[in-house]
Amino acid sequence: MAEAARMTLLNCPSEIQVGIADLKVGGEPAVLVTLGLGSCVGVTLYDPVQKVGGLLHIMLPKMSDFTRGRVKPAKFADTGIPLLLQEVLGLGASRRLLEAKIAGGAQMFSGLDKSFVMNMGNKNVDAVRETLRELRIKIAAEDVGGKNGRTMILYTATGRVVIRIRGTQLKEI
Amino acid sequence: MEQYVDILQEVGNIGIGNAATALAEFLSAKIKVTVPQTDFVPVEEVFTRIGRAEELVAAILLRVDGDLSGMVLFLFPEASARELIAQILGQPVAAIQELDDMEESVLLEIGNVLTGSFLNAVSAMTQLTIIPAVPLFTFDMLGAIINSSLLGTGMVEDQVLLIKTVLLQEGNGVSGDLLFFFDIGALDTLLNVLRIQLENISGRVIPCEAGTDR
Repeated sequence: MAEAARMTLLNCPSEIQVGIADLKVGGEPAVLVTLGLGSCVGVTLYDPVQKVGGLLHIMLPKMSDFTRGRVKPAKFADTGIPLLLQEVLGLGASRRLLEAKIAGGAQMFSGLDKSFVMNMGNKNVDAVRETLRELRIKIAAEDVGGKNGRTMILYTATGRVVIRIRGTQLKEI
Repeated sequence: MEQYVDILQEVGNIGIGNAATALAEFLSAKIKVTVPQTDFVPVEEVFTRIGRAEELVAAILLRVDGDLSGMVLFLFPEASARELIAQILGQPVAAIQELDDMEESVLLEIGNVLTGSFLNAVSAMTQLTIIPAVPLFTFDMLGAIINSSLLGTGMVEDQVLLIKTVLLQEGNGVSGDLLFFFDIGALDTLLNVLRIQLENISGRVIPCEAGTDR
């Protein structure tokens, strides 16, 4: 991950894609983007003074709830957020200035039988909030729940976070 | 894993052939299908194999349970979804964002027909029980749909089996993708059945993979 972070810094000016179960950080003015947040949750951490930040795309609440697939810490809220924290601190962020913004956790499908979805969106949002609370990082803004998928964009020059819904509608949080 | 890809592709092939026949009857039209592409794909690459992450698509999602459990997902481009509904209801459809209950249920029914026939074929071939649940619908960004559907498999593995095929209605350009994401235990079950069948056909013992864990 440290290697990924360095590469991010070197290549920065254009958009940097953050995949599913992935995280990226940036210090130079960078644009970090994650696509396809449905019941997944995107988390940004940003230091407005140092102007460094990072974006994480988690899929599942807690690593400890699963016995398999524990290869990627960035897949889970409770292991991904500490990793993101470590990475932004590594870029010189000051821990007490860090602010989080979160987006995602939608319930995308409508119909009669919702049991299998297990309300994963809500569980993800709850786990993200809990992990941030444990790390004493305040949530500055959020756009969670609802039915629609989201794209989340972090501009590290300003800390602006923009949400794109259905490919076109934009909203800043 | 790789030696199973061909046979999984064949399972997909038979299933999709059946589904196409059912859809053709349902629509009284000719349906073409492509040979399914079957592959193990890292989670983060799944939607890049299908289209653009922010592309808007109509999606019908079904949870299936039984011996062979997982998620079945049908994706239709907006124009195709509208065309399908219009054909069945015999009247044009407005924006897909504002489907009424009737229009939505037409798409769900198409999902039912396709999935039922697909799974019947797979079930007959493998002797495994497969029980589809009620279909769900959404119209949204491709990436978000795929990721959320994967979560319905308990998505804790880093690779998924992707069986992708395209259904094409000749004449008016209706096309759609069918994707099958297995629950991970279910994939082991299927591979075991297929291994035994292969042994029976070939008359030789095929070594069991040390689990199908990756």
